[in-house]
Amino acid sequence: MTAEKILTRNFGRADSHTLRAYLETGGYTAWQKAQALESAALTEEVKQSNLRGLGGAGFPTGTKWAFIPKNHTGPVYLVINADEGEPGTFKDRYLLEREPHALIEGMLIAARAIRSATGFVYVRGEYVEPWRRFSAAVREAYDDGYLGQGFDVVVHRGAGAYICGEETGLISSLEGKKGWPKVKPPFPAIKGAFGMPTIVNNVETICHVPHIINRGAAWFAGLGTKTQGGTRIFSVSGRVRKPGIYEASVSITLRELIDDLAGGVTGNGRLKAVVPGGSSAAILRFDEIDVTMDVDGLRNAGTMAGSAGVIVMDETVSIPEALMVVARFYAHESCGQCTPCRESTGWIYKMTKRIVEGHGRKDDLDKILDVARRGAGTTICAFYDGAVGPYISYIEKFRAEFEALIPK
Amino acid sequence: MPKLRINGTEVEVPPGTNLIEAARKVGVEIPHYCYHPGLSVAGQCRLCMVDIEKTPRPTIACNTQAVEGMAVWTETDRVKETRRSIMEFHLINHPLDCPVCDQAGECWLQIYYMKHGLYEPRMTDEKVHKPKAVPLGPHVILDAERCILCSRCVRFCDEITGTGELGIFYRGDHSEVGLFPGQELANKYSGNVVDICPVGALTDRDFRFQVRVWYLDAAKSVCPGCARGCNIDVHVNRRRPHHAEGRRVARLKPRVNADVNAWWICDAGRYGFAFVDDKTRLLMPSRRDGEAVADVAWDDAVAAVAAALERAAPGEVAVVASAKMANEDLWALRRLLVHRGIRRVGFRVPPRVPGDEDAFLIKADKNPNSLGAELIGLEGDVRELLTAARAGQVKVLWIFGHDLFESAWPEAAVAEALRGAETVIFTGTSANATSERARWVLPAAAWVEREGTYTNFQGRVQRFRRAVEPLGQALAEWDILGRVLQALGAEATPPRAERWFRELAAAVPAFSGLTYQALGDGGAVLSAPAAGHPRAEPGSRTSLQ
Repeated sequence: MTAEKILTRNFGRADSHTLRAYLETGGYTAWQKAQALESAALTEEVKQSNLRGLGGAGFPTGTKWAFIPKNHTGPVYLVINADEGEPGTFKDRYLLEREPHALIEGMLIAARAIRSATGFVYVRGEYVEPWRRFSAAVREAYDDGYLGQGFDVVVHRGAGAYICGEETGLISSLEGKKGWPKVKPPFPAIKGAFGMPTIVNNVETICHVPHIINRGAAWFAGLGTKTQGGTRIFSVSGRVRKPGIYEASVSITLRELIDDLAGGVTGNGRLKAVVPGGSSAAILRFDEIDVTMDVDGLRNAGTMAGSAGVIVMDETVSIPEALMVVARFYAHESCGQCTPCRESTGWIYKMTKRIVEGHGRKDDLDKILDVARRGAGTTICAFYDGAVGPYISYIEKFRAEFEALIPK
Repeated sequence: MPKLRINGTEVEVPPGTNLIEAARKVGVEIPHYCYHPGLSVAGQCRLCMVDIEKTPRPTIACNTQAVEGMAVWTETDRVKETRRSIMEFHLINHPLDCPVCDQAGECWLQIYYMKHGLYEPRMTDEKVHKPKAVPLGPHVILDAERCILCSRCVRFCDEITGTGELGIFYRGDHSEVGLFPGQELANKYSGNVVDICPVGALTDRDFRFQVRVWYLDAAKSVCPGCARGCNIDVHVNRRRPHHAEGRRVARLKPRVNADVNAWWICDAGRYGFAFVDDKTRLLMPSRRDGEAVADVAWDDAVAAVAAALERAAPGEVAVVASAKMANEDLWALRRLLVHRGIRRVGFRVPPRVPGDEDAFLIKADKNPNSLGAELIGLEGDVRELLTAARAGQVKVLWIFGHDLFESAWPEAAVAEALRGAETVIFTGTSANATSERARWVLPAAAWVEREGTYTNFQGRVQRFRRAVEPLGQALAEWDILGRVLQALGAEATPPRAERWFRELAAAVPAFSGLTYQALGDGGAVLSAPAAGHPRAEPGSRTSLQ
């Protein structure tokens, strides 16, 4: 289950971020191999691998690449989403800091597959060290001729907005505009950055690509479940003995992840709840954690794999307080572009705060649930649906805890 | 052309038409805030949701193009419930200060709440507070709390004027429309943001607190501010004369005409109506003897002017017409010139400062009817005519509207010309330095006080309608000229503007076939192209009869 490390295999080396270390461990051999393959063959290989987007949405990567219009003649852009902002998620920063050349090699292969000559890497503004390490790696790759020979990489730093991790918000920001998500259609693969067909992929997703090319789609698919191949990096935080990142097959169960890898629950030692895929994922109760961590496994459990940010809460954690913190986050980060999200994230935060402070009213809980449901599915991007996950699940699964705070 | 069904009714629309416009074609109104047909699609307000067959949930109509075979439902329970939710979201942080808001009565929050909201309000928490009464520029003032962040104003400044003064700043429910640092909303079209603001966030500094909109009446009109002739509505207050210090014209609003001005008008035109209710208006016919000015009855003034014209030989009469006069007025003048055999006429008086012009709506020619005046045969050299007056060759000098002292010509030369003529007659709406030197002053009705037509620079003839009664005893110029013609023994003259137009259409080939009915609300282009049409010769009888 936890057998082989792929993305994190070199994390033990102090110099894993250097080109020398990367080459010593087989770096850039996949790129050599890919140069002999047609773009359609590369896309097909990735499709067969069942690689799914690891930024949050879980969309099949090869299928996404195939959306680029075949008859397009102008520029095509590859954009790497390194704006890792989902609360509870901190895997991409490790990849940028410790395996930056895997991303560059993956980008070279992806760019060949989608016929792109320019790649942008949008790095979260707060990620100073990851940005330095990755920029240094880009310079090395230029010096040694991996980049600049038909494919260029531009490193762009964000300015601290969660919404710029949404793919079209990211594109707006990259274009120099306010990071507002764009109305779809058109989708980015048709009309994305600077009006050109654009593929936006997560850092971790692209880091897998060299391994898929080197070792084959079947190998990669075999590492996971029927519908999702490979391993992924879980960020485990909260009340566990050993918080941190863990690379494991997507078929690992949440219980195994917490007990076997992260060393078990701390606090009072008894699990209360887990958020399995970053703050936007619906919360699971202590008795709902025998689920596999792949996209479909968690969807069937009524939540989502998201960014694989696992937040563990023991019995001493107050769920209403946790929801208040989450609600404050979404109210603060809503871009304000479309009405339901702009207005109701603030409203719901005010109500949850009031409840936590002891001024809740009897109808508040039903009001929050109703407001959340009414706004769900009505907005430009998935931000609000991401907020609705916690709003509804925290209250539905822990209603008594909220009611206890509301004066009779 | 895709064919689709909207609420079961089949409609065919051009490819690329969105569902809001397609629905309009079958008389279905899909409520919306951020969508505006003259701007890009933003998809932000989320109010225009409709159900589309085989689509799992309601979809925004503004960003959905009509597709062959599509079935759209705008009134399903699900759509109605979604609208109710979106209305609630729009209103939770709205101050609900309708009693003191200028937009009340024409506010789309009010209208849509009554049509699509009608829920029980349940927002009991403190609302978000934002800046209020912030002047954005000379004409527009912002109340950010009333704003629903539809971004129409921002898109207008980005896409129409290209000036980009406005942005939306901050995030979430603290988002705020505002000016970029160091900017002022002072572009030449800034007033349009007030028109397209669906709520009371952007209001007009000129109009606000003057009169409640439900006391206003509207008349379809044409802006007289330049040769474009933008279509407008004139909003007048006749029901509350004690409001706005008695000013009758409350505001001008653009009226859509795709061929002329689309949805827009410039600020110069929008705010150019103050003269109508100004103290300088001429209210009574008057006669001046030296310093003494005496009001006279119309009949006496008309008789005196006719007598002066009869006393002078045709060559001793000169007329400075104006391209601010309507086609009907110019045609009446033309008839008078022909009747008396007067040939000294012209209408072009160069302004002291060249008129402002841009590549969008504003034309350098600040007259609404230069092409009309030209076609009706009033072209002539005004400068030469004034030179003749200075030389004492002109006995009667009749000036329409112009203040010659504001022209490009030296004031001394103008004064000399006015002194050189035995009798100076002035016809216009307002007193000016020229009217001060006239023996006879005949007050003219302003364009909003009468019927008429202008011919714009494209050769489009457009009607303007009466919105209010003339002030005092002022009359339309065609009426004044008709009375003088009758005093001169001419055959009966038409009693209404429309009849003058009929005469004009029968006599001047370029106007042939046109009637008020044919002009409709959007005007009609001259039968002959604007260039190369046959023109009436100044002063010739033959070409007209």
